[in-house]
Amino acid sequence: MTPKLNRWKRFADWDERPLRLDKFAAEDPANGFSAFSSPADPKPGIGIKDGRVVSLDGVLEHDYDMIDRFIARHHIDPEVAPEAMALDSATVARWLVDMNVPRETLVRLAHGMTPAKLAEVVSQLNALEIAFAYSKMRARKTPGNQAHVTNAKDDPLQLAADAATAVAFGFDEIETTMRVSRNAWSNAVACAVGGAVGRWGTLFQCSSEEAEELRIAMAGFTSYAETVSVYGTEKSFTDGDDTPWSKAFLAAAYASRGVKMRCTSGAGSELLMGFHEAKSLLYLEARCLCLQRGMGVQGTQNGGIDGAPLTATIPGGVRELMAENLIAVWLDLECASGNDARSTESEIRVGAKILPYLIAGSDLICSGMGSILKYDNSFNPSLINGEELEDYLVLQRDFEADGGLTPLPESRAIELRERAVEAIAAVFEELGLSSPTEDMKSSVVYASGSDDTRSLMPRDVSFISEAIKERGITVIDVVKALAKRGFREEAENLLDVVKLRLSGDYLQTSAMIRNGRIVSAVNDPNDYLGPGSGYRVSEERRLQLNDIRDVLDQKEVLRSEALHEKDEARHIRYRNLGPAANGSAKDDVVIGISPAFGLKLYRTTAGHRLSEVLGAMLDAIRARGLKARVVRFRHTADTSFLGLSAARMAGSGIGIGIQAKGTAVIHQRGRQPHNNLELFSNAPITRLEHYRALGANAAAYALGEMPEPVVVPQRGEAMGSRYHARVALIYAIETGLTEAGAAPEEVDVILTGVKS
Amino acid sequence: MTHTRADYPLAETQPGAVTGKRGKSLAEITLDSVLAGDVTMEDLRITPQALQAQADVARDVGRPTLALNFERGAELVEVPQDFIMQVYELLRPGRAKSKEELLQAAATMRDTYQAERIARFIEEAAETYAARGLFTFRF
Repeated sequence: MTPKLNRWKRFADWDERPLRLDKFAAEDPANGFSAFSSPADPKPGIGIKDGRVVSLDGVLEHDYDMIDRFIARHHIDPEVAPEAMALDSATVARWLVDMNVPRETLVRLAHGMTPAKLAEVVSQLNALEIAFAYSKMRARKTPGNQAHVTNAKDDPLQLAADAATAVAFGFDEIETTMRVSRNAWSNAVACAVGGAVGRWGTLFQCSSEEAEELRIAMAGFTSYAETVSVYGTEKSFTDGDDTPWSKAFLAAAYASRGVKMRCTSGAGSELLMGFHEAKSLLYLEARCLCLQRGMGVQGTQNGGIDGAPLTATIPGGVRELMAENLIAVWLDLECASGNDARSTESEIRVGAKILPYLIAGSDLICSGMGSILKYDNSFNPSLINGEELEDYLVLQRDFEADGGLTPLPESRAIELRERAVEAIAAVFEELGLSSPTEDMKSSVVYASGSDDTRSLMPRDVSFISEAIKERGITVIDVVKALAKRGFREEAENLLDVVKLRLSGDYLQTSAMIRNGRIVSAVNDPNDYLGPGSGYRVSEERRLQLNDIRDVLDQKEVLRSEALHEKDEARHIRYRNLGPAANGSAKDDVVIGISPAFGLKLYRTTAGHRLSEVLGAMLDAIRARGLKARVVRFRHTADTSFLGLSAARMAGSGIGIGIQAKGTAVIHQRGRQPHNNLELFSNAPITRLEHYRALGANAAAYALGEMPEPVVVPQRGEAMGSRYHARVALIYAIETGLTEAGAAPEEVDVILTGVKS
Repeated sequence: MTHTRADYPLAETQPGAVTGKRGKSLAEITLDSVLAGDVTMEDLRITPQALQAQADVARDVGRPTLALNFERGAELVEVPQDFIMQVYELLRPGRAKSKEELLQAAATMRDTYQAERIARFIEEAAETYAARGLFTFRF
């Protein structure tokens, strides 16, 4: 007796999938594990007295914690609040997805809403409605994207090369950080130089300790900052070593230096820090976002961020991340919408996570995408990384959605990487910081990641970095060094980025640089009011998005077929003997070939020579003592009809139909066209032995036997996606040669027996 | 004059009026002038006037809190980096041991740098920290 198993083996299969590496947490509001609502969340409410907010979401003024106090003083507009808070939340939720209610109307109301009110409204939307509302409510019309540029060695040569590549892919911002914090200055110079290769206008930040980051910005190397974190509970905030006032002061300090800045907040941070007050993720995040608007920052990096992986373990967590992004844009903040820390090992969950943002658009869809390989990402792997960047390019093409990136030809990438590596090496030499060797440089140009390089190591970099800092080297020194060594274009590009801070135009909400010009929520406001309005992919942009590599067209198919033509000429000759007649002998089996078979097309999709395929079938039929004839049909290219027509002409009543791409059928006179004896539809995996077996079975049917049908084994390959484009193009060549009423032609097939 | 959204971007609508701290305009800051040694980091610093203009624009497009931040920023333009970092440090939890330390910093902002908004902002922080017990000793 078969032993009784203790489990369904499907579960064992599932155990092997990457998904099982993700762990999931139970909903548990008391312990902070609740996405949208918790019994501890307050009910929305506000009290206004003499233009002063005297109660906020159920807390009286004298009980305010720091966050309540800041929100009451700096976020709530007492003029708007009574009207906004009196509105029915379900009604406001409907307005968010109503294309006839303009964005400005909703933004004005948000100025008078408390965190609990904002959370209550967006909680009423399902995931699709949130994505739609996000698309309507985001501040800037044109979507953008941000990249991480880091590596495991803090190697400045690779940083420069990777920054240049990221710029060429179209990222609007690049962000670096270090493995070793004292390497910050070297990272900053390397990315600033690399980011100036190819075009100007990519904003750059070096994420480091608060004071150091501001100093690096003062030296002119960076143009924005986004790691000014805020939290939704007072205890988390003080454990983060700041207060709303210290962070707001920092925001003003960045403005005073002409440096763009956004805050960071996201679900799960309070939970990770242990001070969640048993409140839901969304409510705490709504507090963070009201705080940020109150601080007067132009934008936020929001949507889980470091807490995203934790949030994704909670029921509804991913929907919550979308909902908090919606609150951010509803509050009129620029939104770098997370899709940052990799929240799952499942590629399906990755694709599902990114899609709503890709379709809805976002100021910065990822904050950031890993433009480098996972192991080189010093922030931790991103949702999408260098490994998967091409998948993202294809998603843009699939959905005709502008994700901010543009395919980059390999030759162009190499050119830019060479230029960037030469530029940073020249700057280092010119400033007496380092003299990278030719071997170092070339190892970096062609490297996919730092495992492939023989370049500067973290310790070497520390000397460079500390020298930059101690000698007080500024962007002006770097601009001069570039120009002196012949990198004038890069020098100009770098100078142009620093000049942005004079006017401060890029300090406005959602500002980025496109084609050398400022594009922000001020001069490119999102004006979505239904189909035909808001951001649309222009025809020019659509063609850019389409231009991925290795695209097949008919010319390409014919070109590759022409390569096989000569080869086949050495193996087979088809001699047309004129109109074919019906056979009457019982041993007559007909193989019906398609119009282009051996004339325009020479190999099956599996790559077998048609001469060998035909030879295998003929041999197998003859081996049973039967006679096999080849007839070319030109009235049809359809396999079923080829087979049925062949069967009708065969004296035995049995025929084979075969197309040039290798799809074949065994048919019998008198049957319905699509009710054949055996079908071989998986041409890409049909091997010569299968064609031989097909011939043998046809012979068996002709002899009145009942053979075991031939099974072409398959393992679930996505045959369609690999071959359908090619197959459709090939089939069009076949159908192009058909002619209504064309008579069947008897073909004398001469196999010349040449093997090669 | 008060700027509006029509003036935005300033670098395009009035490039001549956009200058660095030493008065050099955008057009005068070129690669050649950098190479000639005529440009310093001071020429690449934003002015209070530019920040005020951006505050006007922000207010015009319905972003009053952003405008206020630009105005606080405008007040900090002339404040030396070291003092800015000192005040930032003082505003962090537990750094100031008493309300008076913060009030002192606010007074310096007001009296030495005419940074009235910043001063009031620090005073508000002082009042809040006192109410929330943030002047406690942190190890």
